[in-house]
Amino acid sequence: MERSSRPFGYGNGLRTLSIATVIAIAVTLSLVFFYAPLEAEQGFLQKIFYVHVPLAIVALCGFVLGGLLAIQHLRTRDPRWDMRSYVVIHMSLIFAVGTLITGSIWAKGSWGHWWVWSEPTLVSFLIIFLLYATYQPLRFAIEDPERQARYASVFAITAGAFVPLNFLAVRLSTEYLHPRVLGSTSNLPGSMALTFLVSLGSMSLLFTTLCKYELTAKHTRSQLRALRRRLSGEHADAPRARSAVPAIQHVAAASTRASVRSVP
Amino acid sequence: MSAQTTSRALETKRPVPSIGLWSTVRALLRKELLVELRTLESVPAMSLFALSTFVVFHFALNRNSVEGDLGAGILWVTLLFAAILGINRLFVADADQGGFDAFLLAPVDRSAMLVAKVLTLLAYLTVLELVAVPAFALLLLGSPLGPALPWLVVTLVLANIGVAVIGTLVAAMAVRTRARDLLGPLLALPLLVPIVIGGARASSPLLAQADRVAPAIRWLLTLGLYDLVFGLIAFALFDFLLED
Repeated sequence: MERSSRPFGYGNGLRTLSIATVIAIAVTLSLVFFYAPLEAEQGFLQKIFYVHVPLAIVALCGFVLGGLLAIQHLRTRDPRWDMRSYVVIHMSLIFAVGTLITGSIWAKGSWGHWWVWSEPTLVSFLIIFLLYATYQPLRFAIEDPERQARYASVFAITAGAFVPLNFLAVRLSTEYLHPRVLGSTSNLPGSMALTFLVSLGSMSLLFTTLCKYELTAKHTRSQLRALRRRLSGEHADAPRARSAVPAIQHVAAASTRASVRSVP
Repeated sequence: MSAQTTSRALETKRPVPSIGLWSTVRALLRKELLVELRTLESVPAMSLFALSTFVVFHFALNRNSVEGDLGAGILWVTLLFAAILGINRLFVADADQGGFDAFLLAPVDRSAMLVAKVLTLLAYLTVLELVAVPAFALLLLGSPLGPALPWLVVTLVLANIGVAVIGTLVAAMAVRTRARDLLGPLLALPLLVPIVIGGARASSPLLAQADRVAPAIRWLLTLGLYDLVFGLIAFALFDFLLED
């Protein structure tokens, strides 16, 4: 019954996914606090590793994934791929902010400074964050939805390729003062490695769920706008307001406020 | 300007179904350099900007001479910001005066525009450095430039290629947006950070007062790899920026 009211199927499976995510996060947190052993040198502080590193990995993979989805958009010219690329990059940007904050906290705790330039991952993240922070302004500055999508995809592909290259360059530029846990999980004790992997899995699940939520919300909103427009007798493909959000084919809508006012 | 050039190319080559990439590049490059020679819009401004920046650095740091890390940093920051001036102007005439439309009407490979613009920017940067590097040596550098020159030239050439490729891609992306003067530098700076890393690390031992050594080869390799990857990316993606 529920499914028939959502003909595009964007919300399908959202409930299952959300429940799975909540369970996975709960399992991860209990593993982090009750199962994983205290690290000898850093003690309790080291627990932030189970949040920070998965956040970083998921954000980076998200940026690269955004580039891959953008390639698909340029190949097929289907605006849905642009929407996916937009949502994935948007969510990765939020995860990257989380990475920067948790990284800063970790740096303050273990080295006594909020910011450490000799820490390549942190510095690379800042550069990548600064680059992706221009993604939305770029979209917003282009009015024509088709060109906006095309330019955004070019940006997403360029930036997606930049992510690994930037890591390479920054990593080369810093001396290996601090042995990184990111490189391999093989030097971790078994219980820590297990906790880390579970944490990585639940973080990816969280990312997927949030992306799906955003996609569903975007589609629902534009559907709602289209319905409101139809109600107020406007033409369905009248020009829409300036926006950084990708337009979806037949449901592109102008300013909601205007439509709402004219609804009887 | 572009309309003339492309229409002339059309007239002379009409029987041939498509015009070769290199002849198009030559025509476009000739047009770019001719426009720059007649208007003197970009290169003098870039060079003057670099000179002023050196003066600003002298007062801001309160030093009469710099070397090593600090010298390399000043040189690269100055060159980078001067390059941004050129990047911002690169497509403005084409966007405002119909150069894009004329180019799109011509039956030529669109990558020619990328190659021509990259070569143009490369020429600008070379002239900029011919002015800025001697000026830097004269005004600020504490150690003699002569012995550092061969490796410095290699580093500058590798960095210039990267700056030209990224600059062209970014300029093409930013020029037809509402806030092109803002977006250009914002997009370009993070993408150029690895070039600054490579360039500054490679040239800091060259500008050192004592125990001057050749730059570590890994920096030059990093620059070369970066040039190659972004060259390929720009070549693959540039067409999509020119569709309408």
